[in-house]
Amino acid sequence: MKNPYKPYPVRIKRIEIATEDKSLRTFEFEFINKEDANKFNYMPGQFAELSIPGYGESPIGIASSPTEGENLLFTVFRIGKVTTKLHSMREGEVMGVRGPLGHPYPLGELEGKNIVIIAGGYAVTTLRSTMVWLLHPDNRSRYGKITFIYGARTPGLLLYHDQWRQWQKRDDVDCYITIDREVEGWDGLVGFVPTITEKVSPDPENSVAIICGPPVMIKFTQPVLDKLGWKGEQIIMSLENRMKCGIGICGRCNVGPYYVCKDGPVFTKAELDRLPKEY
Amino acid sequence: MGYKCLAKDKFSELVEKFTKEQDVFAPIAQGLEVKWSLIDDPSKILFDFKNTSMSPKGLFFPQTECLFEFNNNKDAEDAFILKETSPLVKKRTLLNIRPCDARAFSILDKVFMKDEDSLDVYWKDKRDKTILIGLACTNPCSTCFCTQVNSSPFGEDGLDVLMIDLGDKVVLKDVTDKGEEILKGLEDASDEDIKKVEELKKEAESKINANLSMDNILSREVLEVYEDPFWDRLYETCLNCGACTFYCPTCHCFDIQDETKGDYGRRVRNWDTCMSWLFTQHASGHNPRGTKKHRVRQRFMHKFKYMPIKLDGDIGCVGCGRCIQVCPVNIDVRDVIKNMNK
Ligand SMILES: Cc1cc2nc3c(=O)[nH]c(=O)nc-3n(C[C@H](O)[C@H](O)[C@H](O)COP(=O)(O)OP(=O)(O)OC[C@H]3O[C@@H](n4cnc5c(N)ncnc54)[C@H](O)[C@@H]3O)c2cc1C
Ligand code: SF4
Ligand code: SF4
Ligand code: FES
Repeated sequence: MKNPYKPYPVRIKRIEIATEDKSLRTFEFEFINKEDANKFNYMPGQFAELSIPGYGESPIGIASSPTEGENLLFTVFRIGKVTTKLHSMREGEVMGVRGPLGHPYPLGELEGKNIVIIAGGYAVTTLRSTMVWLLHPDNRSRYGKITFIYGARTPGLLLYHDQWRQWQKRDDVDCYITIDREVEGWDGLVGFVPTITEKVSPDPENSVAIICGPPVMIKFTQPVLDKLGWKGEQIIMSLENRMKCGIGICGRCNVGPYYVCKDGPVFTKAELDRLPKEY
Repeated sequence: MGYKCLAKDKFSELVEKFTKEQDVFAPIAQGLEVKWSLIDDPSKILFDFKNTSMSPKGLFFPQTECLFEFNNNKDAEDAFILKETSPLVKKRTLLNIRPCDARAFSILDKVFMKDEDSLDVYWKDKRDKTILIGLACTNPCSTCFCTQVNSSPFGEDGLDVLMIDLGDKVVLKDVTDKGEEILKGLEDASDEDIKKVEELKKEAESKINANLSMDNILSREVLEVYEDPFWDRLYETCLNCGACTFYCPTCHCFDIQDETKGDYGRRVRNWDTCMSWLFTQHASGHNPRGTKKHRVRQRFMHKFKYMPIKLDGDIGCVGCGRCIQVCPVNIDVRDVIKNMNK
């Protein structure tokens, strides 16, 4: 019988300081037991509990795509007990990963559609996974137009420079990277994500939007999409609530009857509109 | 299947049959309270009591339970490798459990063993190894309302055997195959005894005079019940002390924490309560249930609206009335149900 509380042991293979203010680091983990890698079957949008014995666990979105091989990527903001400990760990150290947890973005159902991804700040993690997956040669042809809008306060706070620079060069993605205010040396877009979204004005026809970002970004992007005629069923979001068990038992992460950990974290805007705003 | 009968003075022999190979737990008197205890002397077993002050949920879901242990010495070869705690060695019997409390376990089975990916092995181990022998209530409390939440003082759900106290003897009814096995060899109950059982059942049920309906709660939209103005009146007096959640047999929220001392480390789960602001507080400081109103409402919405949606109609309350008895400010769940059912 599988114990759902038991993490797989992993080794930290690589650590990368992800932002100039050093508040975020990207960790690459490799499974210590090869067979565990096969059991860890995941899709973009799912998350895992990063487990550090003696400190605890934190739920973190999976930033890698299964198309990238067996190792896992997570980008973690340093804020509390577990994440601060994690930021002090070194390459080669051993810890645990428990998952994959939650439901992925419904990429299967989205086949044949245009996909608009709107991201702000470090909520972009599972959207990196999604983009890498969608742009993989095995998958790209099954989707229509792909639009990627991503913003951060400053260039140094943008994650995954290497990836989005490549996406910008491709002709099968419309990639808009923006920062809040002008800075010397930045020749890209300037403006908040909602403003850029308004300029891009994505067409809702046969399209779906996946939006992840801080509450203010979501609050101001919503009216832009409403004006363009987007419906709640077409807007997919990913929620974060405080978690412990990650499997729908401990009772803390619910929004109405649904557990963010087990029934989410992915919900449509239409679903959320029928539920209490407890997130 | 059928009714068996056993003289009270032979009851100890039945219990001793269990205690030889198993751990037997039963309510016994301790000071002014009745508490669940490990039984070494069958003569201490009570038949005349209302219910235990704490529910027996701690026997399956302990207040603090070690999930894993690990070596906390970073130089050790097995440093920080989590080792599962061992399963129960001995089988167990819970004797004289009240039907409401037994039913709580069958509801919680749906929570702790929902599907393969979220099967709580710690809960399952204890459930699989425990037999439940219930004692029907012939004299329910004024706070009991089990008949209003799909149960009865003579309810069988969750039990292996239901016992009915007839004074100088007990009548025993097998509910499961395990129960049938236990009752093998006992004398059949007489028609007269069975008639007496039926009478006692009717009498007990008629003593519960709560008259609650849940139909509207189930049919109203989540947001409609959630936004009902009556919560504003209800939450004001609540202290968020959490007593109701600790005493409740169906409340099952928990926290997971790591603890270390020197080279020893362990990961434990502890009972938690939705009444605490920390329960949902994000690391950023944001709190989705940041006010007392949010938290009080959560407890009742969870039991009477969310659980039925998630658990094929099962309500997350068995009508034991403990929360009514322990609440320091007299918040009465029956009153809440009436308001939710508008
Ligand atoms: C589905 C999901 C995906 C996430 N993805 C990312 C990500 O990709 N990158 C990232 O940096 N952060 C992510 N977070 C937020 C991250 O989980 C918290 O910042 C982190 O748990 C804080 O832990 P801590 O121990 O450092 O903080 P403390 O304040 O010390 O928290 C103690 C414990 O409380 C719980 N907790 C506290 N805050 C949160 C929270 N916001 N969400 C969930 N549990 C919490 C955790 O169990 C944590 O270990 C995600 C959260 C969720 C729910
Ligand atoms: S909510 Fe109150 S009456 Fe219902 S099971 Fe819990 S403690 Fe008993
Ligand atoms: S026992 Fe009463 S006061 Fe305490 S948390 Fe429960 S409802 Fe509130
Ligand atoms: S984290 Fe325990 S129920 Fe979601």
